[in-house]
Amino acid sequence: MRWLWVLMLLLPSLATAYEAQPLAANPQAEARLKALAVELRCLVCQNQTLADSNAPLAEDLRREVREMIAKDMTDKEIIDFLVSRYGDFVLYRPPWKLTTTLLWVGPFLLLGVGATGLVFALRRRQKKVTDVILSEAEHSRVMKLLSERANRP
Amino acid sequence: MNRFLIPFGLFVVVVGFLAVGLTLNPRELPSPLVGKAAPEFSLPQLHDQGKTISSNDLKGKVWLLNFWASWCGGCKDEHPVLIHLAQSGVVPIYGMDYKDQRNEALAWLKEWGNPYSVVAVDEPGRVGINYGVYGVPETYVIDKAGVIRYKQIGPLREDILEKKILPLVRELQNQ
Repeated sequence: MRWLWVLMLLLPSLATAYEAQPLAANPQAEARLKALAVELRCLVCQNQTLADSNAPLAEDLRREVREMIAKDMTDKEIIDFLVSRYGDFVLYRPPWKLTTTLLWVGPFLLLGVGATGLVFALRRRQKKVTDVILSEAEHSRVMKLLSERANRP
Repeated sequence: MNRFLIPFGLFVVVVGFLAVGLTLNPRELPSPLVGKAAPEFSLPQLHDQGKTISSNDLKGKVWLLNFWASWCGGCKDEHPVLIHLAQSGVVPIYGMDYKDQRNEALAWLKEWGNPYSVVAVDEPGRVGINYGVYGVPETYVIDKAGVIRYKQIGPLREDILEKKILPLVRELQNQ
């Protein structure tokens, strides 16, 4: 009977666990992939980066980028490869172009419009506030009221 | 009066922008490939694994390239339109079985009918990437010189076919 116990105790040692496989054999390549993937948009779930997305297309594109890194292509070449297929939308930072001018300039334009509006509104308000000159009678009345208030316990 | 005119004007402008924005489909991205040479491919055929189909074989004629898969719901929606087009014989449709299982694709075509002249198999999805595919179904109109002339993202409908694709195909065929 004892041999059975021993056997059962030894059994778990047969189970071997492996560390999670690194995504690429070369950690340097993997770092480049990560750096690139956060700049690239997954086209299926459009508000996720290629790094975040689990969509099958994102997996395929990561594989593609990994292969291009292995081929020693520069970041620019890899990005050009994707832009030539998917357009500028694949980039999280759209390039400066005629079609993207409004995208880049728009917020500053709106800020400018808002700021000018504010300046004008403040100026107009300032004009409305004018110093009123008190007459002699009004002045003495104010002084009387203030002194009454001061004498109150 | 003037006090309300400015906010009201702004309101109208914002509503105008939102109204236009609502009618746009963010999934439809303009393809940079329209007007460029269709990426070349040479892939095994679905029905005959031993044979390959190459984009070079199709030079000299106008053809449609339809990316589909048996797992794709939209492909089911556009399928009657494709069958109808194939029956009319106006333009050959070549299928690209995208990231699919061979037996499931064959069963799908058997069940619903096969509108394709030939179906190529793109199991790893590499040809899909070269064509800028990001969701099936997608359909390309390719001219005699092998240049992409039109890209349809999402399911084909009769009205798209009538208004855009068929007139374009006729024009290209007469060139």
